[in-house]
Amino acid sequence: MYDFTYHRPNSVEEAKCILMENEDAKILAGGMTLLPTMKLRLASPTDLVDLSNIKTLYGLRDSGQFLDIAAMTTHAEIAGSDLVNKEIPALADLARRIGDAQVRNRGTIGGSLSNSDPSADYPAAVLGLDAVIKTDRRQIRSDEFYVNLFETALSTNEIVESIQFRKPESAAYAKFPNPASRYAIVGVMVSELDKNIRVAVTGAGPCAFRSALLEAALSEDMSPGALDGLTIDADDFNEDLFASAEYRAHLVIAMAKRAVAEIVSGRGRDSG
Amino acid sequence: MLAIQATGADIMTIEGVAPEGAPLHPLQAAFREHHGLQCGYCTPGMIMSALDLIDQNPDPSDLEIREWLEGNLCRCTGYDNIVTAVKAGAATMRTDG
Repeated sequence: MYDFTYHRPNSVEEAKCILMENEDAKILAGGMTLLPTMKLRLASPTDLVDLSNIKTLYGLRDSGQFLDIAAMTTHAEIAGSDLVNKEIPALADLARRIGDAQVRNRGTIGGSLSNSDPSADYPAAVLGLDAVIKTDRRQIRSDEFYVNLFETALSTNEIVESIQFRKPESAAYAKFPNPASRYAIVGVMVSELDKNIRVAVTGAGPCAFRSALLEAALSEDMSPGALDGLTIDADDFNEDLFASAEYRAHLVIAMAKRAVAEIVSGRGRDSG
Repeated sequence: MLAIQATGADIMTIEGVAPEGAPLHPLQAAFREHHGLQCGYCTPGMIMSALDLIDQNPDPSDLEIREWLEGNLCRCTGYDNIVTAVKAGAATMRTDG
């Protein structure tokens, strides 16, 4: 690692000041991506602004129709939260299957969203559950949040404070994980929100996206069979050592079917 | 994480599991009994992770143990003996209270 200055502010205001004063400063949340990147010398910020001491960035809050999760909440906390398991079990289930125990203990939902890794799991939940990302300066709808590979609608130094999830009638997340890293080769969140079906896909493209084709088919008929014969366009899909673009397109349908089957069988039913 | 982030925290390492000179912790004893280690390089990580698992889930299944220990790599044992050792250690910890 190169030398850098470490800051641990006690408030979002203080963090903003440090970020403004130091042009090449970076925000540090759980550090599950940033620190390895720095160790590999692929990033060399002059300053790290660690958000871990800012109390307002912790906690979960139930406000009836919504569940608010503060940005520094870890994957393990979301997976183990009674509130999340009761109100949005699909989200707890998704968090439980991220990476390994060490990553889940340190990695945060705010950090994961801001990074917009194409293979991360949370983007499917944020899009699939129509979440709102609340920052230090505005609220961003999930449909506007993901822009491209490692690119979100966040401005430079904008700090995610919390994520507001809508409670769905039902939802389920199915993923085909990389067997070593547990990153999603493809992950699909299907949900029913105020009678509307949402289908959000991660892992397949440069960033998470919704599939209008699958949403239309499932709105007609909420059953795995409704997706038979549909094909997903593999243009622009990711290709790597693990899976071709065509294979990922195939997996989108396969994972969507699994998620729908879980919902139909009642296991993905969020009311019970 | 950065070492500086642990400022003010209590840190438990493998050295703190059983004081020097005292008998081994039941989970350590189970690793020795069931050949859950050979070169020993990965053992501290395996044991500290498994202790956290047993703390949350005193009677984990084989699958739960395997999923929990992901991220800890062992190049000697082939993992089967580690899973056996964690199960045996957890059983002793349950009966010992």
